[in-house]
Amino acid sequence: MAQVPKADELAKVSHRPPETPWTETPVEFRPGTFCYGAKPKNLEVVGLPNPREWNPADEDWKLPDNWKDITLNGMKDRLDKFRSFKLFMDICVRCGACADKCHYYIGSGDPKNMPVLRAELIRSVYRKYFTGSGKIFSKYAGARALTERVLKEWFYYYYQCTECRRCSVFCPYGIDTAEVTMMARELLNELGCGIDWIAGPVANCYMNGNHLGIQPHAFKDMIEFFVDEIEEVTGVRVEPTFNRKGAEVLFITPSGDVFADPGTYTLMGYMMLFHEIGLDYTWSTYASEGGNFGLFTSHEMMKRLNAKMYAEAKRLGVKWILGGECGHMWRVINQYMDTMNGPADFLEVPKSPITGTVFENAKSTKMVHIAEFTADLIRHGKIKLDPSRNDNKIVTFHDSCNTSRAMGIFEEPRYILKHVCNHFYDMPEGTIREKTFCCGSGSGLNTDEYMEMRMRGGLPRANAVRYVHEKHGVNMLACICAIDRAVLPPLMNYWVPGVDVTGLHELVGNALVMTGEKKRTTDLRYEPLPGMEDEEDDDV
Amino acid sequence: MSLTDYLRQNQKAILKDWFHAVVDSYPAETAAFLKKEKDPFANPVGYSILEGLQGVFAQVVEGAEQEKITPFLDRIIRVRAVQDFTPAQAVSFVFSFKEVVRTRLEGDGRLQELAGDLRTLEAAVDQVALMAFNIYMECREKLYELRVEEVKNRTARLLERANAIWESQRKGEGSREES
Repeated sequence: MAQVPKADELAKVSHRPPETPWTETPVEFRPGTFCYGAKPKNLEVVGLPNPREWNPADEDWKLPDNWKDITLNGMKDRLDKFRSFKLFMDICVRCGACADKCHYYIGSGDPKNMPVLRAELIRSVYRKYFTGSGKIFSKYAGARALTERVLKEWFYYYYQCTECRRCSVFCPYGIDTAEVTMMARELLNELGCGIDWIAGPVANCYMNGNHLGIQPHAFKDMIEFFVDEIEEVTGVRVEPTFNRKGAEVLFITPSGDVFADPGTYTLMGYMMLFHEIGLDYTWSTYASEGGNFGLFTSHEMMKRLNAKMYAEAKRLGVKWILGGECGHMWRVINQYMDTMNGPADFLEVPKSPITGTVFENAKSTKMVHIAEFTADLIRHGKIKLDPSRNDNKIVTFHDSCNTSRAMGIFEEPRYILKHVCNHFYDMPEGTIREKTFCCGSGSGLNTDEYMEMRMRGGLPRANAVRYVHEKHGVNMLACICAIDRAVLPPLMNYWVPGVDVTGLHELVGNALVMTGEKKRTTDLRYEPLPGMEDEEDDDV
Repeated sequence: MSLTDYLRQNQKAILKDWFHAVVDSYPAETAAFLKKEKDPFANPVGYSILEGLQGVFAQVVEGAEQEKITPFLDRIIRVRAVQDFTPAQAVSFVFSFKEVVRTRLEGDGRLQELAGDLRTLEAAVDQVALMAFNIYMECREKLYELRVEEVKNRTARLLERANAIWESQRKGEGSREES
């Protein structure tokens, strides 16, 4: 007879995790908790080092023989070049203010996700090789040698940080863990140890201008497809133009808006709005991506991929650039573009041709966020809105990490929401605005093989949505980020079924009363407008 | 006094023991955080576990129907199904309830007196454990379903468009590209 364990043996589960010190607890690469390694073809396209087939779960990572020298030289180079990195390596006093602020720590309970400990993963190596005390006293000074095991730990945990910067809001020194993560990822990329979900879009962007690698004709075709869709819903035919020289404004948005629902409805909203106000704008089929996964690779790669924005603005001779709803795209634009690829002195300080408002805040970058632009239109009464068309939607707003913490865009989206829908409820303080919780999938971690980890990281956000869902009946989560639009639907599906996700300008598109429109019976998703449930059948 | 009365009277202490038993399955630093932080938005894991345990306790003690227990169990298992636990570890908290009650009864010297009732309670806990397995599986299946949906949606619009072109070509109408 088979040896079957007895009931009391089966129930004996060790509740306690191993008591080994964190420096001696290796990571376990279990499916669902790590992203696939960068494929050689994607590294070769952009000339990144060590292209080879590899799997993070394998014992052998096929590192170059001198990998340790490459890493330590890379660290030295960056410590010399970036004062922030040097400072963040030195000044942490381990007060613990950041410890419980990371969404990944809150959701996973893994102490190495505490921002202080995440930084310590690299700080310990810094001490060992770059500080006198670390060289002499080694582990007694919190130092440890760089080994393959340490490298694997870096990979595991620096691709578990979404660079959302919530922890830095609470740090008394303002230590920005996102910048530490960026440095660690740069070092990993020097060994060919990036993830494919970032390397693929980077290669595609470099070759074709957008994450999916869509060529100009297909990009144009997709947008024209939505022209038909808009006409179907509104009876109005909008007329976008492409690569048109002499247009006043160049419009750039994440390609996710063009290719994936529910971003596509947001795209329709943009086009309807621009048509209605008569904006003289053009699309570029080359600058066909607002997103920039170079930001998650290295500062050099970010610069290379970002260059097309100003280059296209110059080629087309526009006056300024308008940007769509995206998160990390705006971190690049607002904080790096000007000094990386600027100055854009061939552009003018953005001025709304409709209201005359001069966007002084974009004086340097010459690029305006569409939430600012639309809020200004509403403020001046330049568009007619019927918020009752969104009456079946009880809306809350998710502040995207980058637009909130890197730009301070808090009021504009809320101002717009209050004009385009009648039912808006904010989530609890402490989970919104500058303290907003990340979607859990930012910084290039929005890949499907990472679903389990993403659900952990997104738990604090989902938990706050759940609260307004139960208290106010919220059924729609609005956001101004393309990654959010892609990743919040599965997050809601897992944690708070019954809550859908929308871009801000999808709601604008629904509420917008257009000149010459037919009687609207459905919203942009072809779902009946409130009170029009019967009319829709009549129309068909 | 019946076991039900005993459990009602000692509800607070038993729940505390049970909560600690569950939370101690996390690393020590995390366990301390989960116990200490009272803000449900800053500590959703601790809050979900506490709320779930309270609900399951009340329903088991009062002998409620299955449907009433499910949402409370779900609160806990949905979290643990995506954390670093094996399936056994994820649902083992249900069984630890037996241990918690037994230990407390022993401490109070009431184990002999209430042994009969205890057997009934333990049978009920086993039923709850079976429900927990179902919920755990649902959560894991959901994860994989979400993966598939996401992959499909990523290129859905492109495929829709490509199919539309293909359809129109097949019908000899010519595609938009050709016209």
